[in-house]
Amino acid sequence: MSARDAILKRLRERSDGPLSAPECDFAVVTNRGWNQQERLERFERLIGSVHGEVIHTARTAWGDALAEVLHAKGVRRLALGRDHPVAAEARKMLSAGSVDLVDADRDIEAWQREQFDSVDAGLTSTRGAIAETGSLWLWPTPDEPRLISLVPPLHIAVLDADTLEDTFFDVVERHGWADGMPTNALLISGPSKTADIEQTLAYGVHGPRELVVLVRHAQEVP
Amino acid sequence: MTPVKLYPPKPDRVYFYGTCLVDLFYPDAGLDGIRLLEREGVAVDFPQDQTCCGQPAYTSGYQDEARAVAAAQLDLFPEPWPIIVPSGSCGGMMRTHYPKLLAGTEHEARAKEVAARVYELTEFLVHVCHLKLEDHGQPEKVAMHTSCSARREMGLAETGPALLAQLDGVELVEQARASECCGFGGTFSVRHPEVSAAMVEDKTQAIEAAGAERFVTSDCGCLMNIAGRFEHQRKAVQGEHIASYLWRRTS
Amino acid sequence: MNSPVQPSAVQTYTPREFHRQAHDALGNPQIRANFRKAMDGLMSKRRDVFDDWDLETLRDLGANIRLRALAKLPDLLEQLEANCQANGIRVHWAETGEEACRIIGEICASHGAKSVIKGKSMVSEEMHLNAHLEAAGIEALESDLGEYLVQLNEQTPSHIIMPAIHLNTDEISEILHQKTGTERSRDVDYMTAAARAQLRERFMAADVGVSGVNFAVAETGTLCLVENEGNGRMTTTVPPVHVAVTGIEKVVEHLRDVPPLYALLTRSATGQHVTTYFNMISGPRKSGEHDGPQEVHLVLVDSGRSNIYQDDELLDTLRCIRCGACMNHCPVYTRVGGHTYGTTYPGPIGSILSPHLMGLEETKDLPTASSLCGACGEVCPVKIPIPDLLVRLRREAVGEGRGNVPGAGVKRTKKEVVAWKSFQWLATHPAAWRGGTAVAGKLKALLPSRLGPWTDYRVAPKPAGTTLHTLVKRHQASQSSEETRP
Repeated sequence: MSARDAILKRLRERSDGPLSAPECDFAVVTNRGWNQQERLERFERLIGSVHGEVIHTARTAWGDALAEVLHAKGVRRLALGRDHPVAAEARKMLSAGSVDLVDADRDIEAWQREQFDSVDAGLTSTRGAIAETGSLWLWPTPDEPRLISLVPPLHIAVLDADTLEDTFFDVVERHGWADGMPTNALLISGPSKTADIEQTLAYGVHGPRELVVLVRHAQEVP
Repeated sequence: MTPVKLYPPKPDRVYFYGTCLVDLFYPDAGLDGIRLLEREGVAVDFPQDQTCCGQPAYTSGYQDEARAVAAAQLDLFPEPWPIIVPSGSCGGMMRTHYPKLLAGTEHEARAKEVAARVYELTEFLVHVCHLKLEDHGQPEKVAMHTSCSARREMGLAETGPALLAQLDGVELVEQARASECCGFGGTFSVRHPEVSAAMVEDKTQAIEAAGAERFVTSDCGCLMNIAGRFEHQRKAVQGEHIASYLWRRTS
Repeated sequence: MNSPVQPSAVQTYTPREFHRQAHDALGNPQIRANFRKAMDGLMSKRRDVFDDWDLETLRDLGANIRLRALAKLPDLLEQLEANCQANGIRVHWAETGEEACRIIGEICASHGAKSVIKGKSMVSEEMHLNAHLEAAGIEALESDLGEYLVQLNEQTPSHIIMPAIHLNTDEISEILHQKTGTERSRDVDYMTAAARAQLRERFMAADVGVSGVNFAVAETGTLCLVENEGNGRMTTTVPPVHVAVTGIEKVVEHLRDVPPLYALLTRSATGQHVTTYFNMISGPRKSGEHDGPQEVHLVLVDSGRSNIYQDDELLDTLRCIRCGACMNHCPVYTRVGGHTYGTTYPGPIGSILSPHLMGLEETKDLPTASSLCGACGEVCPVKIPIPDLLVRLRREAVGEGRGNVPGAGVKRTKKEVVAWKSFQWLATHPAAWRGGTAVAGKLKALLPSRLGPWTDYRVAPKPAGTTLHTLVKRHQASQSSEETRP
């Protein structure tokens, strides 16, 4: 008998007999009832508490905010996608500037060393965010692959304020994640960190040392 | 977590289950508990055939022996009166473990019925007798050590401190890590004496550092352990069962 | 630093030597201080993070999700397998740790792998995967910073979440200096950056990445990994082959089951609302995608779990989501540290799990290494009744359980049986009990003032001389005489 069959047989022929499954009430992980202002405040407080920087910008002026971040962080080489509107707009806005735009939509085998050693930042879109925990949700795509939010020392994530939702459970349910998962789905809450050296927090142990979230608002930001 | 317990009105009569440690080492604590109840107008019946709740055998894995001892205790309480135990540990054994230990035996129904009548002494004084205390004692700084069984198994972290708070002369100080185990654990202190010693050492240091001149506890196992450590180091901090302390200061 | 602290010597630990190891740890002020400080911090962070939650309701939900998954375990494993396969993940089954090691070794061999990079996986520790791979000439390098430090120091993890928690900054500085040539420094950022640089090269060079799994979702064939560092994402994305290894109990039924368990896990483990990364993998790199492994394997390991599964009471052990809260709150673990237990899983969860994995012959001192204070059960996010399970294993060890744990009865000795039978006889013969306790009181002058090791640290308890039985009789007599007085 194969290991598989032997294991399943033992589980099925359980000595104490079949088990009954209890009901699960998920009310405690949903129905927060926050308004947009509360969501934004909570998101910013939570992601800020783990070293994520939040920058608010109007939808129409986000290119300026991006340029400022790139300048402030001294980014010379920025990896980004091509097709997603965030990437496409960023390319257009930065085309005249001094920042080198590095194509992320290439097989990693062709540029792994380059990505690890000589890219200063990765720019990605986000699908949304979670107010309760201060988390971004990303489903990497061929256009914006998995590693550009991980390997460069700075990750710049673009979030539209109206895609912010209350809880992780809400996101999974409302967007029907169970109907079709991508190769990789990610929640990102702050830059890479560790407390393995005597409980002292240090950032950037493997992934980015910094995470900047550009929150785009439909209206002008006062 | 113990589910919220609905407390009955104050009865005329109760059983008192003294526990073996009180019986042998701290009988005054038992008698003082009885006096506190009687002062509230509750008559106390002390079944002379009581021995031990069986917990030492139970926690040592000697389930068959523990079951026989537990079954014998059930016979002590034929009337439907509450059963008062001056110990969270023995009280927890009877309330929480008797029904499971005796499940599937002829004693199952009685074990459940008895378990539902078990109250730890401070619990009964606070929630059933609504005890009011008038302090006649000298001013004193006191730390309360609530046993782990009282705190976690019976959900009684508040009753001891609530009683002490009624004593005008008593300043209740809280030791660091008050909810941490003192290291007694019944046979644990015998099987793992060094680990147990490290725990009681930290406990005595915390009580001393809190500035307490005395500590009180509702469990004689903890009392024996913590006071035994203080005495071994010839420290001045005294330990006392909460029943004796309350009786002494209010009578 | 003027006088560098020497990191604790390389040592092998075994559960058989619990008492000796506890003695050594208790006598080591550095170990005592490191654990006390770390556990105090973790307990306080956990207390703070649950403030805005209905914690009890969430724990009930967590427990029910795990119980539901266990109730349907064989079906869910088949569903997980089918959905993983549909996603392109190759699924392997192993009855034992050795079999799982062999499977992973074969996957490595089929790719001519020389170098394996590892994300944190306690199951791989449990089955000693690194040693197995190294024996086959394959280098296995840990990439979680704590695991990396522990591996450099030729040790095993002392905590399931924070593997290097037994080491302080000075010790870590010395390890990095001696093993990797960094400067001695108390600067945590410097040390972290040094490790980052060292490990990035290894990620790029690795042929295979091996990770654990926090939750395996049957409904979608998804493997979930919880982490802060990003080494888990590196391990599962950079090398061309990813092998995930997990115990068969880690499966959950639905994707919607994951958010509550994740919320409980991070809050219970380290007092975080959320970890930096939650990484959900549902397949290898698809055509058109530009990164991620070309192959993903899932190795499902039984290794004693299906035996635990047979028994209604022991089954609760399998609810565990490996948060480590029970050890963080355990007064025994805090005093003796993780290595003392000599097992992959230390602390309370280790003491109820290890006997099944290693047998009671090896682990007989672990179930008793608890004062049954209940702190572990109180904080367990999935409400495992750990104290009750410790007592159950004590019963098994002395041969009064169901006999279905390996090594059952190993602790049963004639001497103990006689002692407890005598206790039973006395406690069920009230007249004899009263006589005995009264005599003990009268003879207190003759009783030894030393009671073994108890009196090395404490004054021996002294019988009061008069028992409560007697005091009550006198008290009642005086009362009735008062009543009859005119």
